[in-house]
Amino acid sequence: MSDPRILTLRVLRSSPSEGLAPHWEDFRVEEAEGMTLFIALNEVRETLAPSLQFDFVCRAGICGSCGMLINGRPGLACRALTRDLGPVITLAPLPVFELIGDLSVNTGKWMRGTAERLQTWIHAQAEPDLTALEAPMEPALAEAIYELDRCIECGCCVAGCGTLRMREDFVGAVGLNKIARFRLDPRDTRTDEDLYALIGDDTGVFGCMSLLACHDVCPKGLPLQTQIAFLRRKMARTGL
Amino acid sequence: MRIVYTDVLVVGGGLAGLRAAVGARRRGHDVIILSLVPPKRSHSAAAQGGMQASLGNTAKGEGDNEDIHFEDTVRGSDWGCDQQVARLFTHTAPKAVRELAAWGVPWNRVEAGTREVVMDGRRVSLSERPEAHGLIAARDFGGTKKWRTCYVSDGTGHAMLYAVSDRTVAEGIPVHERMEAIALIHDGTRCHGAVVRNLVSGELSAYVARATCIATGGFGRIYRVSSNAVINEGMGAAIALETGAAMLGNMEAVQFHPTTIFPAGILVTEGCRGDGGLLRDAAGHRFMPDYEPEKKELASRDVVSRRMEEHIRAGKGVKTRFGDHLWLDITLLGAAHIDGRLREVKEICQHFLGIDPSRDLIPVRPAQHYSMGGIRTDAQGHARGLRGLFACGEAACWDLHGFNRLGGNSVAETVVAGMIVGESMADFVESASGDLQVSTGLVRDFVEAEQARLDALLQGKGSENAGELMRRMQDIMTDKVGIFRNGELLSAAVEELQALLVRSRQIGITTRRPGANPELVTAYRVQKMLKLALCVAWGALQRTESRGAHYREDFPRRDDAQWLKRTLATWGDAFQTLPTLTYEPLDVASMELPPGWRGYGARDAIEHPLTAGRVSEIAAIRQAFGHADRFTVQQALMAYEHLVPERFRGRNARLEEAS
Repeated sequence: MSDPRILTLRVLRSSPSEGLAPHWEDFRVEEAEGMTLFIALNEVRETLAPSLQFDFVCRAGICGSCGMLINGRPGLACRALTRDLGPVITLAPLPVFELIGDLSVNTGKWMRGTAERLQTWIHAQAEPDLTALEAPMEPALAEAIYELDRCIECGCCVAGCGTLRMREDFVGAVGLNKIARFRLDPRDTRTDEDLYALIGDDTGVFGCMSLLACHDVCPKGLPLQTQIAFLRRKMARTGL
Repeated sequence: MRIVYTDVLVVGGGLAGLRAAVGARRRGHDVIILSLVPPKRSHSAAAQGGMQASLGNTAKGEGDNEDIHFEDTVRGSDWGCDQQVARLFTHTAPKAVRELAAWGVPWNRVEAGTREVVMDGRRVSLSERPEAHGLIAARDFGGTKKWRTCYVSDGTGHAMLYAVSDRTVAEGIPVHERMEAIALIHDGTRCHGAVVRNLVSGELSAYVARATCIATGGFGRIYRVSSNAVINEGMGAAIALETGAAMLGNMEAVQFHPTTIFPAGILVTEGCRGDGGLLRDAAGHRFMPDYEPEKKELASRDVVSRRMEEHIRAGKGVKTRFGDHLWLDITLLGAAHIDGRLREVKEICQHFLGIDPSRDLIPVRPAQHYSMGGIRTDAQGHARGLRGLFACGEAACWDLHGFNRLGGNSVAETVVAGMIVGESMADFVESASGDLQVSTGLVRDFVEAEQARLDALLQGKGSENAGELMRRMQDIMTDKVGIFRNGELLSAAVEELQALLVRSRQIGITTRRPGANPELVTAYRVQKMLKLALCVAWGALQRTESRGAHYREDFPRRDDAQWLKRTLATWGDAFQTLPTLTYEPLDVASMELPPGWRGYGARDAIEHPLTAGRVSEIAAIRQAFGHADRFTVQQALMAYEHLVPERFRGRNARLEEAS
C-alpha cells in the first residue's frame, strides 16, 4: 500500500465582522480512508485553525447546511469524498448569500425570505377536522409531490445561478421548484393566477436565462430543468 | 443590556419546538423561536422511516387502534414509561398525522389491489382494500403488532419538518437563527426566560418570557459513535440541569440504533428491516431468528442491537481494520422498491460507501441514536421543579419511552408533544401563574454571570484543551457506557468523567475573539456536556438491573421489585462533580398494562409484589364490563382523558369504524 496522500485544503478565509478581507489560506492534512470534507475540515479546525468557520449539521447529505464551492463548484461538503478530488482542493463560501465568515454563509435568512415572498405553504379554505378520515390522494400524485418536496434548501442552485449574479431579486430555482410543488398539490387552493402574481415577471419564472447550472449542481437531483420549463409555459399561458 | 420580551420563548427549531410554537401562536400569544441553525436544518430532518399512528388503513394495519399502539409502546419501554402519557400520545398521534396531511406532507398512500412485498425473507402477495385507496399508508417497524408507521418514502422527517417550518412562517412566528440559550433565568422556583448568545457576533442578550419551552433534542454527541447530528449536544437539558431546580429523568436510558453504516455512524432507517431487509453475519447467515424466533429482525431496537453485539462478540462479525461489523441485506427488496421507498438510504450508500444497496450488502453496526431521558415534566410538558419552564420532544422526559423507544414513535412524539405543550403553555400564559413578575436586576445578574464565565474562558490562563476533553468524554461514553454495561466499567467511567469535569474548569483557548468562535463554543459546551455524561454514567451505575436499553451484564434481569422507578438527577451546586439522584416510583396499582413479558427478549423479570394483584383486578374490571365498548373499558382501567387538551379530545375515525 502506498503512503497516504497529503492534501492541501485551500480555503478562502474572511471575517467581515472584524474587517478581515478575503484571502486564501492553505492547510495540509493527511488523507484517510473514506475521508470526506466534513472529516478533513474538522481535522483542520481541531489541529491547525481553531477559529475556522463552517457549517455542518447532519453530516449525511440530508440537512443542506454545508453547501460550499468545492473546486469552484457548489456542492455538499459532508458527502464529498476526498478520494474523488485532486491533491489541492479549493474551498470557498457560496456566493449570493450574506457572508458570515470563512465558509459560513447565511442561507437561513435567504430561504426564510423566499418562503415569505412565495408563501410556500398550503393555502386551504378551512381548518382540517382532525378526527375525520383524511382526504384521499392518488398514490402516484403523493409521490410526484414528494419528488419536488425533496429540496433541502442547501443553496447550491442559488450559488450556481447566472441570473442571480445580475439581479439579486430573482427567486432562483429553489423558489420556482417550490411553486411547482405547491401547484401540483390539490390541497393548496391557489390558482395559476395567484401564482402568476408571485412569479409572473422577470424576478420570477421569466427571469430565468435557462443556463440551468441549478439543474447540474442540485445535490438531490431534482428535475429543475423540466419544472422551470413547464412552469414558464403555464405562466405564459396564464399571463395571456 | 438588551432585553427581548415575549409571551412564549421556544428554544429549539426542530419539529417539537416548531409545533409547540404554532399552537401557542394560534391561541393569540407572541412567540419567538431560538435556533442554533436555520430550523429546516434541525435533526428532525434526519428521521427517515416514519411516524407511528394507528390509522389502520393498510391490510396489515387493519384492526389497529390506540389500544394496540399503547400496548406496543408500553412493552417497548420495558414498562418504564408513564402509561397515561402513552395513552395521551396514542390518542393524539392519528390527529397529528392528519393535521400534517392537511399542512402538505405528501404521505405515501394506499394503492388498492394486489402487490408483492417481502416478509420474513420471502416474497408474498398483499391485497389492499378498494375503500382504502388513497388513504395514508403504513409500513412495518420493530416491536409493533401492526403495520403502523406512516411514511414519506424514507424522507419522512424532512417532509414533516418542511411542512411545519413553513407553517410557522405562515403564522408569522419569528425564528432567531444562530442563537443559543446558554442559561435559564430563574429565581429558584420560577423560570423567566434565558440568557442567549448570538453565535455570529458573540453578543449576549436576555429573552424574558412568561413561558419558556426547551425543545433542543437529544444529547447523542456525548458519545463518539452516534447517528446524531453534530448539533445534538444536549444544551437545553444541560441549562435546565444547571438551574439546580429542574430535574432530568432517566438519563441512563440511551438508545443504540441497530443499523448505522460502519464506521461513520450514519443512520439507515429501520424501514429497511420493516420492508423486509435482513441482518447477516460474516458467513452470510441470517442470525436474528436464532436469537429472537418471535420477532427476528423486528424485535425492539434495544434487543436487536444487543443481539448484534452479542453475535459480534461470538466472533461472527466481519473483521476490518476499523473493527467488526455485520451486514444489512436489502438486495431482496429489489431496485424498484429501493428507488421509490428507500432512496435516502440509496443515496447514503452511494455517497459514503460507494455501493449500490440493490446489489451490495450494507456494512452496519449499532451506534448511539436516541436519548429517552431528558427534562422531567408532567403530562402537559411542564417541568418539575421550575414553574414556567416547559419541555417537549427528545429534550423532555414526560415519559413516553421509558427505557426503550419504539422506532417511529419519536417523530410522532415531536408533533404530538408540540400539539399538547403548545396548548398547555397557552393555558399557563393565560392564567394568573403565567403573569410576568421579574426584576430586571435579576435578569442583569444572570447576563453578567454568563458574561463573566465567557470572559474567564476568553481571557483566562487555563491550559486545558476543550477539544481534547470532548474527545476523551466521547471515548469514555462509547467504550464504557454503551450497549453492554457493568459495574466495573461504569465506575471507571464515572471516575474519569469527574476528573474531566474538574479539568474543564481550567480550559484555555487560543482564539480570543469574542464573536464567531468555534473554539469558545466547544469550551463552554463541553463543560455542560460533561455534566450530562455524568448523569448518564452515574445513573447507569446505580441502576443494578437491566431494563430496555440499559443492560447490566452483572445484573441481567429486569427487577420490577427494586427498580420500577424513574431516576431523577439534579445539580444543585455548581461545584459538585456528581449529580444528586432521587427516585420516583411507578405505581403498578394504577397501570393499565401491568409488567410482564414484552413478546421478545428476556422472560426472567423479577416481579413487583403488586403486579399479581393488579393483574387480577384488571381481569375483574374487564369481566364486569362484559360487552362494553373498548373506550368504556379503557376508561375504567386507567382514565387519561382529563390530560387531553379540549381541542384534541374527539375519537379518531377509521375505515372499519366509519363504515
